[in-house]
Amino acid sequence: MSFPWAKHYEPKQPLMRWLDEKLPLPRLVYNAIGAGYPVPRNLNYFWNFGVLAGAALVCQIVTGVVLAMHYAANAGVAFGSVEQIMRDVNAGWFLRYAHANGASMFLAVVYIHIGRGLYYGSYKAPREMVWLLGVVIFLLMMATAFMGYVLPWGQMSFWGAQVITGFFSAIPLVGETIRIWLLGGFAPDNAALNRFFSLHYLLPFVIAGVIILHIWALHIPGSNNPTGVDVKGEQDTVPFHPYYTAKDGVGVGVFFLIFAMLIFFSPNLLGHPDNYIEANPLSTPAHIVPEWYFLPFYAILKSFTADFILPAKLWGVLAMFGSILLLFFLPWLDNSPVRSANYRPTYRWFLAVLVVDVLVLGYVGGAEATARNVMLGQIAAAYYFAHFLIILPLVSAAEKPRPLPNSITEAVLAKHGGTSPAQTAMAG
Amino acid sequence: MARLISLVIGAGFVFVLALALFFTAKEAIQNPARESAEHEFHLHPEDIHLSSAGLFGKFDREQVQRGFQVYKEVCAACHSLKYVAFRDLQKIGYSEAEVKAIANQWVIEQPSVNPETGEAATRKNLPSDHFPSPFANEVAARAANNNALPPDLSLITKAREDGPNYVHALITGYRNQPAELLRKFPDAKTPSGLHYNPYFANLNIAMPPPLTSDGQVTYSDGTKATRDQMARDVAAFLTWTAEPNLEARHAAGLAAVIFLAIFIYLVWGAYQNVWRDVKH
Repeated sequence: MSFPWAKHYEPKQPLMRWLDEKLPLPRLVYNAIGAGYPVPRNLNYFWNFGVLAGAALVCQIVTGVVLAMHYAANAGVAFGSVEQIMRDVNAGWFLRYAHANGASMFLAVVYIHIGRGLYYGSYKAPREMVWLLGVVIFLLMMATAFMGYVLPWGQMSFWGAQVITGFFSAIPLVGETIRIWLLGGFAPDNAALNRFFSLHYLLPFVIAGVIILHIWALHIPGSNNPTGVDVKGEQDTVPFHPYYTAKDGVGVGVFFLIFAMLIFFSPNLLGHPDNYIEANPLSTPAHIVPEWYFLPFYAILKSFTADFILPAKLWGVLAMFGSILLLFFLPWLDNSPVRSANYRPTYRWFLAVLVVDVLVLGYVGGAEATARNVMLGQIAAAYYFAHFLIILPLVSAAEKPRPLPNSITEAVLAKHGGTSPAQTAMAG
Repeated sequence: MARLISLVIGAGFVFVLALALFFTAKEAIQNPARESAEHEFHLHPEDIHLSSAGLFGKFDREQVQRGFQVYKEVCAACHSLKYVAFRDLQKIGYSEAEVKAIANQWVIEQPSVNPETGEAATRKNLPSDHFPSPFANEVAARAANNNALPPDLSLITKAREDGPNYVHALITGYRNQPAELLRKFPDAKTPSGLHYNPYFANLNIAMPPPLTSDGQVTYSDGTKATRDQMARDVAAFLTWTAEPNLEARHAAGLAAVIFLAIFIYLVWGAYQNVWRDVKH
């Protein structure tokens, strides 16, 4: 479905007409990301990040498929096969650094994409399904990234796998049995490495599938915009192509520029030196830390240090999974009718605190567990849950939003020196 | 109803965290973390400014070759270099014939099989061989080294924080244990068989000082082989063994950045052009 004024696909070339009759694939593309998809005219650069996430996934799949041609998923030779890729495979160093840093770029882009959704209320009706599918994609990405990090079979790979699979042993009674079943052994070894490789190859295609659903669900109501106000008429939109293909093109260029600087000039910046030491079950690293993109969740896990009815470890695991699962309920926790935080004077401050809070959690997740850091993490973790489960429902009920513009076009014209939305609202 | 449940769950998590915070604070006040010698006397390596560092860094071929000589004459007695092949030495400026000779004259031979009897044997190294390990296996390595295992050096500069600087600092960092350390931490005396080195994570390293005097290695290019110079050179060599494609990477990076800068300029122009009549 689309807006009534959406352009229609009318192939002129006989070949394209023939194809349109037999298999209307060009029509699908035209309506999805071509001139047939009307998009609000006022999107800012934060709306680039969906396309960027797609670009990152494509990079990961392309580099990953070629890496898999050279990698050997066997605990005895995995580490050596990665070194072989780095040294003897043509441009192997490029493929591997692109893939390792590509994961960071993908997660970074997706975090900004999620933040955009939080700020502009993109999770609210009528886009709840878009948001829910997005959280599913995020969970799949985390699983894929974790299993990918195990594959080089370095020290952090091994001990990371040990810690993460250890979460399952926190489940009462059956936990240890489940852990052994998942690993295929008492500790991560060949069986675990093989199944992680298999799943690491599978899940990206599942992600691609859910992305199709995500875009499909998005196209029913159409894109949100910085005012959060619904599209009222044709003057509020522009066709996706060429307007947003051009604007996204700029974002894609900047994305690849940052990506290239990481790959070529600082490829190990985001990695951990210990992962250049081959996995050794008999030698525990001084500090086991996950990749940067998991640090906030790791900090939440570590913050639960006291037993209360349940053992501390189980609290930590519940909270860590809960911190992501609660995002599924966000559309119903926030009852404010206003989408964009631009018009929500109270909520936007709490959201700013949340961003700082998650950065603090990230710091604590990677830092040494001194009393000061643990306490900092506990306060930050408490805010995280309080924000979503207590503050957000209360603020959305109590807050008095600022007056909304009557339409996207009005907001745009006001920005360019026309009447201000407040004036129009008062006049109206 | 949904919001009531959310309030209860939220309050639950906050309560458990508050409890944990209380116990952490109580514990910190009752048993404040004691200072440790590792914390106070550990030193961070100083920057040795290798030519390979920086955005467009390149290897100093002569220095890397000198470093190889240090590895060959000093480090190779205990440390393997298993991910590097003799043929790779051509990339640091040795000719094919030189590589052949280096492989052929390498003291440790490659494990092999006697073609007639099938018994275990050794043979001379070929350029296609990787550097052989000085020990037959881990047990032999530990037995010869007071139960410590000399790590493989192929990746050492990437497997340690600030790797090249660390290698240089560690090799030149041996000294007597400071009196102040022993005064503050009487239990932290370096055990016999270990050596005090403030650049090592726990301050006491099993490796004896490898470079004991100036001139331990005689450089053929006339460079004066001070201990500091030898340590710098071997750090440069081990930077190369860990990242042999560094120069190709830097060159490709420059090309990629220039390409992308032009790309961004053109797309930016297209964007301005497409949007020129639409206020947004």
